[in-house]
Amino acid sequence: MDIRAEHEIHQRRLSRNVGLGLVLVGFVALVYFLTIAKVNSPAPNTLPAAEQSQ
Amino acid sequence: MSDTSLHSNGQTGEAGFGDYYALLKPRVMSLVVFTAVVGLVVAPVSVHPVVALASILFIALGGGASGALNMWWDADIDRKMKRTLSRPIPSGKVTEGEALGLGVALSGIAVVMLALAANMMAGALLAFTIFFYVVIYTMWLKRWTPQNIVIGGAAGAFPPMIGWAVATGGISIESVLMFALTFAWTPPHFWALALFTKGDYANAGVPMLTVTHGRRATRAHILGYTFALAAVAIALGLTSIGGPVYMVVAVVLNAMFIKGAVNVWRRTDDDSDADKHKAERGLFKLSLAYLFLHYGALLVEATLKPYGLGGW
Repeated sequence: MDIRAEHEIHQRRLSRNVGLGLVLVGFVALVYFLTIAKVNSPAPNTLPAAEQSQ
Repeated sequence: MSDTSLHSNGQTGEAGFGDYYALLKPRVMSLVVFTAVVGLVVAPVSVHPVVALASILFIALGGGASGALNMWWDADIDRKMKRTLSRPIPSGKVTEGEALGLGVALSGIAVVMLALAANMMAGALLAFTIFFYVVIYTMWLKRWTPQNIVIGGAAGAFPPMIGWAVATGGISIESVLMFALTFAWTPPHFWALALFTKGDYANAGVPMLTVTHGRRATRAHILGYTFALAAVAIALGLTSIGGPVYMVVAVVLNAMFIKGAVNVWRRTDDDSDADKHKAERGLFKLSLAYLFLHYGALLVEATLKPYGLGGW
């Protein structure tokens, strides 16, 4: 006979696991895009190369 | 012990995702997010959209973490008050240890990530906000002084300052006045509510002004803070982030708020009971619109600026 998880406790466990999984995926994506944004932005108080050479 | 018996006593140890989310006080978080966004948008320095989004998320996370730590410390009084009985800890869905763990972990993540995503000043301000709300307000002053609402209001007033710091990396008169706006708004807002709700704070041992000093003194306090609030709101309109739109909104709303506060101050408790606290309820409702419209007007000024319309 199959053991089936039908009690509410299992639903709550599932919601917690799925929720945490999504939060972790979201956090990884956020750090990834944050890194891209930081790498592509000029550092504060730094003049573009063209202006520095003048 | 079967799953059924575990469930029947409420102490399942199996909280759902929503129960942990409820620990973060989502309604308080929405005010934190809104005022932080305004602080960030009205600042004179533009921020990369991804950095802005991440910063707002981490500010919200820090606010939520302090909410979880507040629920951990206040679990004993939350069990004594009807209003808070359904919170995750008193209802048995989440243990006190879990709330403490979640609060500490999220605080650390939020502060470090905000410092990395934006700058050290923003991270330091968020850390101070969490410390202020959890240690100074929740642990120390909430159960000790009837001015607890004033202290708690200060903690809730930091987000626009943090948003400003995300963009500028510093503190200025504009961000201090945005802090002062929410700070001075909180006491009249909350005490107007306290005048028409029968809270059970006294049973829980939390000194509320309406109980310790009486309702007459509370009405006087509301009026006093309302004058301070009006001064701050008008002063904010004279800074670089103010402008004609904000000033019109501020003058109209503060005139209405002062009129409402004077009305509440003049009334006796008998007057109040006779019309089911009409003036007090009206002032409370007005206070909700008051804060939203002030920050909304600041946003409008910032939005109009690129077109040469906003600001002075």
